[in-house]
Amino acid sequence: MNINFTLIAQAIAFAVLIWFTVKFVWPPLLSAIETRQKEIADGLAAAQEGRSALEVAAKKSEITLNEAKQKASEIIGQAEKRGSQIVEDAKGTAKIEGERIIASAKAEIDQEVNRAKEGLRSQVSALAIAGAEKILRKEINASAHSEMLSKLAAEL
Amino acid sequence: MATEHAEQALTPTSYITEHLTFNAKPIGDGGFWMLNYDSLVMSVLLGVLVMGLIWWVARGATAGVPSKGQAFVELVFGFVDEQVKNIFHGNRHSFIAPTALTVFLWVLAMNAMDFLPVDVMHHFVYAPLGLEHWRSVPTSDINTTFALALAVWILMIFFSIKVKGLGGWIHELFCAPFGAPSFAVPKSLFGAFGTLLSPLLFVANFAFNLIEYISKPLSHSLRLFGNMYAGEVIFLLIGLWAATGVTGTIFGAILGAGWSIFHILIVALQAFIFMMLTVVYLAMAHESH
Repeated sequence: MNINFTLIAQAIAFAVLIWFTVKFVWPPLLSAIETRQKEIADGLAAAQEGRSALEVAAKKSEITLNEAKQKASEIIGQAEKRGSQIVEDAKGTAKIEGERIIASAKAEIDQEVNRAKEGLRSQVSALAIAGAEKILRKEINASAHSEMLSKLAAEL
Repeated sequence: MATEHAEQALTPTSYITEHLTFNAKPIGDGGFWMLNYDSLVMSVLLGVLVMGLIWWVARGATAGVPSKGQAFVELVFGFVDEQVKNIFHGNRHSFIAPTALTVFLWVLAMNAMDFLPVDVMHHFVYAPLGLEHWRSVPTSDINTTFALALAVWILMIFFSIKVKGLGGWIHELFCAPFGAPSFAVPKSLFGAFGTLLSPLLFVANFAFNLIEYISKPLSHSLRLFGNMYAGEVIFLLIGLWAATGVTGTIFGAILGAGWSIFHILIVALQAFIFMMLTVVYLAMAHESH
């Protein structure tokens, strides 16, 4: 149990082991662990960033959706307005057209009535002339009195 | 575990002496020039094995998903690094932390040799190899623990001088911890008396530091040596009892198992304490007073 040269031999062995660890064992382990730590930290930061970006995007999409809804309701309102206007316009046009048709029909009827009246008048005058001619065959000269007769016919 | 010895008519004294004698080989004249080659061979073998294993893992270390082996090595690495970080606040990665790792793993491995059943190893491993009185536990050799403590002691002085300069270190030897004497012109008779006596502070400081520098390596090495040596002796005493008969063998086996289990704690704890003291001493060398 006495101190001897083993002391020096063991001290040298110790020194060599320390040198070996300092040189070859510690650095690769340290770099591996530090790199991983950095990667994990980066990953966590990226996740945090992603989460906040997601939040922003969700907010944005909500705003856009609301805008779209509003626009859609506006468009629908306009369309309804326009539709009712078109219907109103059509109604107006139809009314005018109907009135026009009625008016033209009335005019035609008047024309027909007039034509019939004309026809009747001429026939009545012819009949009157023919009756008068039969009565006044001898005394009345047709040509001498035709002017008076035609005046009479026009008065009818 | 020591029953084989019952056949050989050994006295308890010779049994214990046989197990506690190193294979000392003279390499020169005088008592100092002897080499306990069993403790040297065992410690170098264990050092190469343990640090080689760690190196083998470290060489293929990846920053990605680690293998189980790498995860285990990183666990040890992180444990040691954490301890050093708490004690030493300089750049620990350049020297102190790797030194702590070396000390911890090497001492742990050497201490763990205490678990090898002494007589089984003697009869079935060392004797066939032609090795008589082979001792497995290098840390129960005072030379090993003192070599480690002395190396740490030299490192301590080296760092002290490196950090504070040679002048700073010598100044600290004489002016700490009690403070430097004052050479101001005394204002009273009492003050003159004080000034006359104040150079005694040099003596007090130096004596204090001397005691500290001597006690540090002694307590550092003897703590580890004492624990491991005592552990070995208890195993031998249990072995002696086991050699007395059937009852002794049964109780010896039970006690041996119990002591082995308890010894796991001592083996790990002493390795940890040795590492912590190494770190503390080296960190203290970096601090100025």
